[in-house]
Amino acid sequence: MHWDIAFGNLDYFLYGTTSFDWHFPFIHNPEGLVASVILAFFGIFGAFWLGMAAGLMRMSKRWWVKIPAVCYIEVIRGMPLLLLIFWFYYLAPVIIGQNLPAFTTTMGCFMIFTGAYVGEIVRAGVKALPKGQMEAARSTGLSHVQAMKLVILPQALRNMIPSFVNQFVSLTKDTSLAAILGVIELTRTGIQVDNRETVASFEIWITIACLYFLICYILTSYSRRLEAQLSRYQARDR
Amino acid sequence: MDYTFHWARMFSGEPAQWMWEGFCTTMQISTISLVCAMILGIIICVMRMTPFKPFQWFSLAFTEFFRNTPLLIQIFFWYNGAHVIIPDAINSWMNDLYSWFPGEFSLFGHHFVGEWMLLNVELIMGIIALTVYTSAFIAEEIRAGIFSIPKNQLEASRAVGLSFLQGYRYVILPQALRIVIPPLISQALNLIKNSSLVMVLGVTDLMYQATQIESYHAMPFEAFTVALLIYLAISLVVSFCITMYNKHFMIQVMY
Repeated sequence: MHWDIAFGNLDYFLYGTTSFDWHFPFIHNPEGLVASVILAFFGIFGAFWLGMAAGLMRMSKRWWVKIPAVCYIEVIRGMPLLLLIFWFYYLAPVIIGQNLPAFTTTMGCFMIFTGAYVGEIVRAGVKALPKGQMEAARSTGLSHVQAMKLVILPQALRNMIPSFVNQFVSLTKDTSLAAILGVIELTRTGIQVDNRETVASFEIWITIACLYFLICYILTSYSRRLEAQLSRYQARDR
Repeated sequence: MDYTFHWARMFSGEPAQWMWEGFCTTMQISTISLVCAMILGIIICVMRMTPFKPFQWFSLAFTEFFRNTPLLIQIFFWYNGAHVIIPDAINSWMNDLYSWFPGEFSLFGHHFVGEWMLLNVELIMGIIALTVYTSAFIAEEIRAGIFSIPKNQLEASRAVGLSFLQGYRYVILPQALRIVIPPLISQALNLIKNSSLVMVLGVTDLMYQATQIESYHAMPFEAFTVALLIYLAISLVVSFCITMYNKHFMIQVMY
């Protein structure tokens, strides 16, 4: 066992460099764990709003609003993320005429991919509420949009948090796929160190796995706290 | 947008043949992994349920670790690092697989020609990674299904004289497995989609063949679109079939 090699490269896994050099441009060339966390953070942010839009559009009664959302959700849910990344990577020059950086491509893919799953969660969350809620809101004189915003969504969002957490944890794990396009993040540093220190593969990958485990654990525990806070009134009712 | 599409070239000659081979490999990997993952998932889940504490700790650690680390990392771990914990005899057997399964061989009276299934260490490690990763999820889902069955069912089975394992085998699992069919559908679909990741080891699955066509024939857009349509078709067919199966079962359950 060569744990000294794995731990000796810990700063490389974390920061992507062996010297503590923080002078990297914020988005375009981040490194190591920092890049993974940035990818996950912006991915979650984008996926939340994209999924919210897709889920609400999907529930619309107008076909020209509903059909695009249904297509988006069904197609994305039926394809592997890796395929989406490659597709996006080669599609971009065809559409906009120039190559996108790998970092931007993968971040966009994480948003689009998780957005579809979040869309389904939003739909399920809203459908799970009693129908009378909407009817009552409408009867008090709120418009459909107002009722959604003031009555339905606040309740639905609270119930959706556990599903969101699952989805966002899997997005965090999916950020490892950025390594395949060559983005220098946690997995890529692992591949680099593995190529250099071939005797210590076992220790290197266990260490990387533990780092991912740590990120996911922190995310889960914070979300649990958020969930407890948001459902404190609900808990009292029961 | 000055990109000329060559759809016709995708459906003939080398690209079509590669895509077909990739499709077969993907289906083989997915099927084998799914069967193994179901078995391993049930074992892990039952271990979690036993009153014997070390089994509980082991299965808890197993599920938490494999669910919270990325599949890509696990694939790299199994392929690059796991030979340390695998006995030497098995390692050398896996490295010699090419001589065991050449391009042309006879098995059970059947004569196989061509790359029927390219059994090699990459493929085995890919299958192991997919199996272990999926089994952790399956174990959690079956556990949720078992929790939805009243606890006195097990107590009743013990009272009738069945042992703990028999109680699970004949009373709890048959009911729980029906309840967990819908979440297992999505696990099966996830597995098929996740199987695209084994291309990083050089397993010639659908995704690998698409990148192959991209680099040999310079048709990235067509190749990935066809791969997308194939994955989409697989997903739709599998979910349709299992939904039908599920409906068939549900009728029997409603006594």
